[in-house]
Amino acid sequence: MNPFSSGTRLRDMIRAIRACKTAAEERAVVRKECASIRAAVSDNDNDYRHRNLAKLMFIHMLGYPTHFGQMECLKLIAAPGFPEKRIGYLGLMLLLDERQEVLMLVTNSLKQDLNHTNQYIVGLALCALGNISSAEMARDLAPEVERLLQFRDPNVRKKAALCSIRIIKKVPDLAENFVNPVASLLKEKHHGVLLTAIQLCADLCIVSEEALEYFRKKCTEGIVKVLKDAVNSPYAPEYDISGISDPFLQIRLLRILRILGHGDADASDFMNDVLAQVATKTESNKNAGNAILYECVETIMSIEDSGGLRVLAINILGRFLSNRDNNIRYVALNMLMKAISIDGQAVQRHRATILECVKDSDASIRKRALELVYLLVNESNVKPLTKELIDYLVVSDQDFKGDLTAKICSIVEKLSPEKIWYIDQMLKVLCEAGNYVKDEVWHALIVVITNSSNLHGYTVRSLYRAIQTSCDQEAVVRVAVWCIGEYGDLLVNNVGMLDIEEPITVTESDAIDVIEAAIKQHTSDLTTRAMCLMALLKLSSRFPSSSQRIKDIVNQSKGSLLLELQQRSIEFDSIIGKHQNLRSALVERMPVLDEASYSGRRGGSGVSTSGINNIPNGVVKIVDAPLVDLLDLGVDEPAPPPNSSSGPNFLHDLLGVGADISSSSPQSGGRNTMHGHKSGTDVLLDLLSSGSPPAPAPAPATQKSSSTSDLLSLTQLNNNNNNNKPSPSPSPFSGLDTLSSPLPTPGASPMMDLLDGFGPNPTTPPPPPKEEDNGRTYPPIVAFESGALSVMFNLSKQPGSPQITLIEAKFTNKSSQVYTDFVFQAAVPKFLQLHLEPASSNTLPGNASGSITQKLRVTNNQHGKKSVVMRIRISYKLNNKDMLEEGQISNFPRDL
Amino acid sequence: MGIRFILMVNKQGQTRLAQYYEYLTLEERRALEGEIVRKCLARNEQQCSFIEHRNYKIVYRRYASLFFLVGVDNEENELAILEFIHLLVETMDRHFGNVCELDIMFHLEKAHFMLEEMVMNGCIVETSKTNILAPIQLMDKAS
Repeated sequence: MNPFSSGTRLRDMIRAIRACKTAAEERAVVRKECASIRAAVSDNDNDYRHRNLAKLMFIHMLGYPTHFGQMECLKLIAAPGFPEKRIGYLGLMLLLDERQEVLMLVTNSLKQDLNHTNQYIVGLALCALGNISSAEMARDLAPEVERLLQFRDPNVRKKAALCSIRIIKKVPDLAENFVNPVASLLKEKHHGVLLTAIQLCADLCIVSEEALEYFRKKCTEGIVKVLKDAVNSPYAPEYDISGISDPFLQIRLLRILRILGHGDADASDFMNDVLAQVATKTESNKNAGNAILYECVETIMSIEDSGGLRVLAINILGRFLSNRDNNIRYVALNMLMKAISIDGQAVQRHRATILECVKDSDASIRKRALELVYLLVNESNVKPLTKELIDYLVVSDQDFKGDLTAKICSIVEKLSPEKIWYIDQMLKVLCEAGNYVKDEVWHALIVVITNSSNLHGYTVRSLYRAIQTSCDQEAVVRVAVWCIGEYGDLLVNNVGMLDIEEPITVTESDAIDVIEAAIKQHTSDLTTRAMCLMALLKLSSRFPSSSQRIKDIVNQSKGSLLLELQQRSIEFDSIIGKHQNLRSALVERMPVLDEASYSGRRGGSGVSTSGINNIPNGVVKIVDAPLVDLLDLGVDEPAPPPNSSSGPNFLHDLLGVGADISSSSPQSGGRNTMHGHKSGTDVLLDLLSSGSPPAPAPAPATQKSSSTSDLLSLTQLNNNNNNNKPSPSPSPFSGLDTLSSPLPTPGASPMMDLLDGFGPNPTTPPPPPKEEDNGRTYPPIVAFESGALSVMFNLSKQPGSPQITLIEAKFTNKSSQVYTDFVFQAAVPKFLQLHLEPASSNTLPGNASGSITQKLRVTNNQHGKKSVVMRIRISYKLNNKDMLEEGQISNFPRDL
Repeated sequence: MGIRFILMVNKQGQTRLAQYYEYLTLEERRALEGEIVRKCLARNEQQCSFIEHRNYKIVYRRYASLFFLVGVDNEENELAILEFIHLLVETMDRHFGNVCELDIMFHLEKAHFMLEEMVMNGCIVETSKTNILAPIQLMDKAS
């Protein structure tokens, strides 16, 4: 039986599958075939095993599961004959992957075949090993592969070289064993061996710095010579591709030169000549030649500078860019993107051509070109480039508009030289592609508009014009509605005309018409309509004479099925009708929105969405004023998103006010902190006592029932403080004990009560806490461990406040030395608030013979949504030497 | 490792040969193949032979009814891959004589043997057609 004539039944199966008209038919055929193969597998059928495997490979290619055939591969590999092995190895590579445990069973067969007398069988085993080897197999079989690098037949040597790549990737420590064999392979003449040896050499350089140094010293000369020979070689039919001798080899050679030359002036110097030769002698009328030139340019760009070559390379790219072949233009754009960091000026020269590529009909080229243009824009060319891009936006494909709009907005926001230009450009973009603009973009635009008071009139008039022509672009409508509501009086009276403006006459009723049209337009969504109602309310005060008409329009939404609109219209109607005296004060012009805080919030929200591990920066860089930084983070609360008005945000708002206090006071405290570590507590004291009358320092120890004292006792953050106090009380922590006890007395948790009072509805008591949150305790966690120092956290909840977690930190020192001046600090992301209480001591005895305890209180404002994380920093003195440990704790229970 | 996968897909979007050099589940493979083919079919002759999809760059070339698609990583030389596709087709041409879709379909294992001689673990092993075909012809003779 000959396994390679496929057998009629394989052909039959393929024919049957081809004849299938629907996917269901195909599935039926495959199911039937699989059933018969399964039967053959369980019968242990030897005669048709290879044929069944061939069928399985076909079925696998079609995307059906074939795992039941995996063992058949192993059986075929173990068979003595070459044909069986051949198909068995192929099945192994197609049906299995390194994740399957079955693979371990094949190691032994592979080992035997690697030592086989038949070179073709050795080749098969190498190929399989190279394609699917796992780390264990790589370790087991590396000696065999190493030996085969010196095998007599070059076809085995080349496969052994590629197999070695897999091995060193799986087990990098084996790399050094391969360095010497590769050096000798690089001297060979056989193209296949050279090609693979160069690839192995490149991978060795990536894995091992020493290997890179070695090859740089010993092999650069040899590789340069091989490349020189390849460039100048006479016609070699076997490797010739359209008149160029083995372009694949040349490309690999150029690539290894790039690795060797990068960051090394001597090696780079050495290859200058040959690179110049490649760059000038290679024919550029065929794809193969261009592939070499492309690679050569990249190498020239990466190695150490030699001015002449760079000019040559940029010229080649210029030629590529003006080529009619789209493939060549694509790679040119690709390359220019890399070149921009090296020679920005040279790339700028091609700006016009690149800009043309943005308008190409080919999506791949457009995308590359747009990204390149984005990198090319700077202060000096932002105006013309933006104009070009916006002009193109008008005519571009629908599916490209999203990308293009995002890039234009980003350019305008980043580089706008003046506000009027910014506003003009954004209006243009909104008019053309308002539906593709992200919310942040038009929010930012409104912030900018409110900040440029001299342009209010100009902007509102421009928007009035814009909305006449582009009422189908949602973002334009929203911004226009907002501005007309806000600055409607400027629109009607032509206030603040700029010289460049054409005067227009807009009556009050024209302005109201616009908003009425927007609210009635069927494409407007809830947000837009709600904004319209708000604008109408404002206009009712700006245009007292049109009040009745506005009232009528507002009334039309009273029956809206959308609750938000219904509620707004009823409320606004009553403001317009019944509360004339309140109205004008209610709808006064918005205070100027703070650009800095807005952009900060945008940045901040980015951080919070990107995961809790990403604590905003500023936490780690604590140099001069450690406590200040830490605190700033703990108290500063992100302001709520603009649109929501639910209860918890109210709380945020109030806390946000607190943030302002904290951000101002560290400035004053910062100076103190420079003097020494201890004064850091003063800052804290300032912070927490702001608003409450300053109490004498020893108070906390003596008056534990008063709420002020409890507040202040929190300020004993730093245990150094204990030395500082005028009269250390017999039990300085008694006050704290009350605070953290599971059953609080009314006075013991003033902070908590205060916060509870800020709930959504102050008149009703806070909802009863869930049973599980009631004074719940958690198993202790090992929060931090480093060498001899370990930190244990005992976590517990106070009844009635699931947001608050009490932590008792316990520090132990297993080394034989005593740690003195021990200070523990912690920082948390913005959604958490942290209070540290004084530590029990500042000396930590060695040999774990004693410990320091310190209590922490964490309030999670996003309880239930985010879990607690914390960065900690511990400093102490060991034999009078300052020591510092830092770490992040993210193994808190999830529901804290 | 430059080459991540090699696919041959006909104009109807049916896969005729698939060789992956990295692990993807069956479902991922099917989805990926479908998405890529749809993108390729939407392009015309004048457009460039490269598309960016997920984190792959796909170099493709059409020969009659069959698309040859090679997925590579970002570091690979696209023009060289284009040349490689042509070399693969020429090699198959030399073996089958005017290779067509059906040759590959009915001799899937042979097509794989050739590919195996040309690419290993995502790297090109051999570029000489004689060297590539030698073991396959030897096998044919033996049988």
